[in-house]
Amino acid sequence: MNAGLYLHIPFCLSKCDYCDFYSLCANDDTMDAYLAALKKALRFWGSQSADTFDTVYVGGGTPSVFGAGRLTETLDLVRRSFRLTTDAQITVECNPSSVTKELADALSVAGVNRVSLGLQSAVAAERAALGRRSTVRQAETALTLFRNAGIDDLSLDLMLGIPGQTPQSLRESLRFLEGTGVQHVSAYLLKLEETTPLFARRATLSLPDEDTVCDLYLQAANALEQTGLRQYEISNFAVPGFESRHNLHYWLCEPYLGIGPAAHSFLGGRRFYYPRDLRSFLQSDAPVFDCIGGDKAEFCMLRLRLTRGLSDAAFYARFGEHLPKEMFTAAKAFARHGLLTADGDTIALTKNGFLVSNGVIGKLISTL
Amino acid sequence: MDFNYEVSRSLAACEGAVLIIDASQGIEAQTLANTYLALDHNLELVPVINKIDLPAADPDRVAAEVEDVIGLDCSVAPRVSAKTGENVEQVLERIVEDIPAPEANDDAPLRALIFDSIYDNYKGVIVYVRVMEGTLKAGETMRMMATGAEFTVVEVGYMRAQSMEPCDVLSAGEVGYITASIKTVRDAKVGDTVTKVQRPASEPLPGYRKVNPMVFCGIYPADGADYEALRDALEKLQLNDASLSYEPETSGALGFGFRCGFLGLLHLEIIQERLEREYLLDLVTTVPSVIYKIHLRDGSVVEVDNPTHYPDPADIDFAEEPITNAHIYAPADYVGAIMDLCQDRRGVFKDMTYITKERVDIHYELPLNEIIYDFFDVLKSRTRGYASFDYEMAGYQRSNLQKLDVLLNGDMIDALSFIIHNDKAMARARRIAERLKETIPRQMFEIPIQIAIGSKVIARETVRAMRKDVLAKCYGGDITRKKKLLEKQKEGKKRMRQFGTVEVPQEAFMAVLKLDENT
Repeated sequence: MNAGLYLHIPFCLSKCDYCDFYSLCANDDTMDAYLAALKKALRFWGSQSADTFDTVYVGGGTPSVFGAGRLTETLDLVRRSFRLTTDAQITVECNPSSVTKELADALSVAGVNRVSLGLQSAVAAERAALGRRSTVRQAETALTLFRNAGIDDLSLDLMLGIPGQTPQSLRESLRFLEGTGVQHVSAYLLKLEETTPLFARRATLSLPDEDTVCDLYLQAANALEQTGLRQYEISNFAVPGFESRHNLHYWLCEPYLGIGPAAHSFLGGRRFYYPRDLRSFLQSDAPVFDCIGGDKAEFCMLRLRLTRGLSDAAFYARFGEHLPKEMFTAAKAFARHGLLTADGDTIALTKNGFLVSNGVIGKLISTL
Repeated sequence: MDFNYEVSRSLAACEGAVLIIDASQGIEAQTLANTYLALDHNLELVPVINKIDLPAADPDRVAAEVEDVIGLDCSVAPRVSAKTGENVEQVLERIVEDIPAPEANDDAPLRALIFDSIYDNYKGVIVYVRVMEGTLKAGETMRMMATGAEFTVVEVGYMRAQSMEPCDVLSAGEVGYITASIKTVRDAKVGDTVTKVQRPASEPLPGYRKVNPMVFCGIYPADGADYEALRDALEKLQLNDASLSYEPETSGALGFGFRCGFLGLLHLEIIQERLEREYLLDLVTTVPSVIYKIHLRDGSVVEVDNPTHYPDPADIDFAEEPITNAHIYAPADYVGAIMDLCQDRRGVFKDMTYITKERVDIHYELPLNEIIYDFFDVLKSRTRGYASFDYEMAGYQRSNLQKLDVLLNGDMIDALSFIIHNDKAMARARRIAERLKETIPRQMFEIPIQIAIGSKVIARETVRAMRKDVLAKCYGGDITRKKKLLEKQKEGKKRMRQFGTVEVPQEAFMAVLKLDENT
């Protein structure tokens, strides 16, 4: 089984109001120090790991803030240290406002073949509500720059449930997405994380109510599918063949190695992570053990996030036993209410099922 | 009310009684009820005014009230605080002064009245007796006159405040205890007469009337695995409380449990609390029921204490329900509120008397099934705690009854069925539907709640389906947390009862029980 490699770049120009990922504002000295620590970790893991990697994903933070030079150096070292498949999918997350021609060309030369851009909304007021800096124009420009540089596997992020968002304003964003011709869209519901500025001012926000949010989700999912982007996970849509293979490692319960502060790994059956602390990573502290991963519950929980669903055949291949009958009995009750489909082999949630996936998946895995 | 019988049997073993009156509350319903019981037994009463330490205490007023209403001389009544111990020695003085010594004949054949018994793990049953005639000592063989059971006396003695004190011989006029390796309290029936095998008495003492449970409910373990523990606990409680009855019962909704009978609602609450506190059991209790007498068309009569066994309405000629004589004592200001409440509970006003200028005794006939839910709670809240309440059974009356069933998602939940008067069925059905809607959390799909009489639905609510739960991203760093979250969700579900496809929290049963009208 091939593995995925994740590199975390914990830097941003400024922090978005809703974001709780680990990232900091930093100067060149700090970034140089970080590059050194990252390289040290890459060499270490490269010497340790016997796995073959078929994806590399550089996320953040805002990797584009790290700069073309450091990214190139990092990716070169990855190639030298790890065994990558020839068709490895190498993705870098970028913020449209920090994309330049120089960056696009450099990434292309460094072997990057996929870029994921944060946009969240085509409506200026909604982006302002989220504290996003970049503009629609910048996103269009960034896409063009990457395509010109030869990177045409592109993904955009869309956010649902933004303060002030309505079906009409969402239609505007969806129309924009369609116009860009990207092959991949991640559409996440806004979640107010407790540590964020958005959470602090939640009382003043005109957040769409639960029913509206559900309607927005269904509207986005249906519209994206109509333009040829098939839903493959709760929040992810792609032209077939353009799925995020890296993220699929997570959802298929396959191994991955994460390097950088707050990056998690699942390797050799163990889950571990680097502490959410830049200084700790700079002084090369070892990652912290989390738990033994990949048990039946985890496997089912993750697979059920996918539209392809959980199949008895895959479960059998992994664990040498069949899914319990009780799970199919429980599934039938949900199927009657249109929350999933279940044949003798596969249980797959529907769009309405995804909306209540915590309850549905929780119930299904309780039969294990 | 519930424990009249217990008070009465203790009084039968005495020459006198101490009547304790609250220095702030004055005469309450129980004060009078117990006074009457004592007078029935020709006891000498020693009035004592207690709680003089309370800021609201008014011993002079209360003394005057006792002289007025009961006609007891309170000029020498001790005024005490049991809490601080103030003047308590005066009570002992008055007992010695005022209560006559027993008339006793040591030479007659033994007749000792059993007024209570408890179970001790080491000694077996300890029998509490009042020796009326004759004597008893260790080594003698005694006989229970009602059951005929015979035992060799191991020990006799007196009850002290903190301990048991053995003695050589229990003589006529004395109150004491007997141990005789008796295995179960059923062999030492309260009210039975103890005599000796050698020179037995010819006639037993009058004894007590047998008490029958009046209020019934199903008690189920919240976790089915605790069934055995519940049975053990009930068995132990029954050892010391012969008035508690229980038998196994099965409910489609709740699984295995017990149908339990109680003297009244207070008794029920005490038992339920003891099961939960002393035996650490988590329980689900069904709606309490009284015994209805259902006259069938074929001329037979069935007694129904469990709504599940209510006959097919087509077979019923008429039904009868138990009625009580209820007295409510309260400050006159609350008469209006109390009468509203009694009227609402289908009460029939009998009369009202002024005990003093400020306090009244309101007498109503109330159906027992109207007071077993929450009558006392509501009464207290409407009178700011000033009213007291007492009732006695007053036979059966014809009544127009209905059985209400609760259906969730089309499935009947037998444990929620109950019997109710026709006039109240509609309002109650609506209220229950509303309360269930409030207590049943939204689930993955819509849940219709229906309240039905037979096949006719008379109230309906719907718990809307949950459309969305926490829907979050799940990348490499979220997996462990996410899994824990889903597993915690599973833990939470354990406190829910699964009925078909519907999950019902335990509170739902309580919600149906306590339909406080003020909320």
